[in-house]
Amino acid sequence: MELLEKTDKIQEELLKNFEIKIDRGDAIEPRDKMPDGYRKHLIRQMSQHAHSEVIGMQPEGNWITRAPSLRAKQILLAKIQDEGGHGLYLYSAAETLGISRDEMIAQLHSGKAKYSNIFNYPALTWADIGAIGWLVDGAAIVNQVSLQRTSYGPYSRAMVRICKEESFHQRQGYEIMSKMMKGTKDQQGMAQDAMNRWWWPSLMMFGPHDSESPHTGDAFKWKIKRSSNDELRQKFIDKTVQQAEVIGLTIPDKDLKWNEAKGHYHHGPINWNEFYSVIGGGGPCNKQRMAHHIKVHNEGEWVRSAAKAYQEKKEKKLLHL
Amino acid sequence: MATDSQFATWEVFMQTKPGANYIHAGSVHASDKKMALQNARDTYTRRGEGTSIWVVPSDAIVASNPDDNEMFFDPANDKVYRLPTFYVMPEGAKAI
Repeated sequence: MELLEKTDKIQEELLKNFEIKIDRGDAIEPRDKMPDGYRKHLIRQMSQHAHSEVIGMQPEGNWITRAPSLRAKQILLAKIQDEGGHGLYLYSAAETLGISRDEMIAQLHSGKAKYSNIFNYPALTWADIGAIGWLVDGAAIVNQVSLQRTSYGPYSRAMVRICKEESFHQRQGYEIMSKMMKGTKDQQGMAQDAMNRWWWPSLMMFGPHDSESPHTGDAFKWKIKRSSNDELRQKFIDKTVQQAEVIGLTIPDKDLKWNEAKGHYHHGPINWNEFYSVIGGGGPCNKQRMAHHIKVHNEGEWVRSAAKAYQEKKEKKLLHL
Repeated sequence: MATDSQFATWEVFMQTKPGANYIHAGSVHASDKKMALQNARDTYTRRGEGTSIWVVPSDAIVASNPDDNEMFFDPANDKVYRLPTFYVMPEGAKAI
């Protein structure tokens, strides 16, 4: 009993010291003491973020062989390679919290770990590649810019690196949309159709309204999250509407209206039933995305075995065995 | 899922231009030195961010313990005479 009380006291003391550091604005580094809740929250969020980058390669990968020009193909390849790289930065950063890469992949495959809902939608036409870069990466950037100030050092550093690279992604997407809007009637129609399909899912990327996910959570207190879902969503809408206007695209929201007093756009209701249905596995591509990841992971097994065999052979040689 | 090894981790240090310090960039997984260097290049220098890379097996790094910071860094705390601002210079002296 006495020992238990003592342990509780030590835990309390650790939490207090941790929160003092957080309040002071210090970054938390891998070897610092941190509450279990902080570690768990970060592992969940960072692995989900890493998985999103990797699963996000699939809708675009589908278009590499069908890109309309060599220039477009080179750009798309480079962008998808970046997404893979971003996944790696984030897996590395998450590993500093004590979870292995194998465990994270196993959690993805078992469904315990999630990835961003947006990648459960299909990329039907070339205009979708434009919409993904412009809207999906655009929304991701708004979130990631805010996360550059997250309290966990390795996560924050990965975000800084990722933000530097993402702006190319968004600009290449906007360029595709802009080119199509200068094209034939059919091409303009394709661009608007992609806009119509990607706009609402992009807004959903920021997660439920603040009224549904209160500020008071540990994620805010511990400065893992620095801006609320609605704040970030608003920021995205405010900067994207003008970009759509410049190239002649219509935002598919009849309630969208500039609110002079607030200095923000007012938007119509988001279909949260769709959001929860896609999270629950009811999206058009959930099964396909996961089946593909598992298949490729298993098919790559021989590469890992070969590398391991080669390493062992070289080690033996070194030891003159 | 086949559970298999993702290999050891290596810490990546990068020099952004000749003469600059090597700065920690992140880590990669690799089965040997050559793969570690190639993975580090592909992961951390896709836009010419580096002119030179070091990779070090993560378990070869020895790090100080943040809990011991007070004691560990104590020897530097009470020696202000190591700083140039400690000294009083005579009025009018230039370029010192």
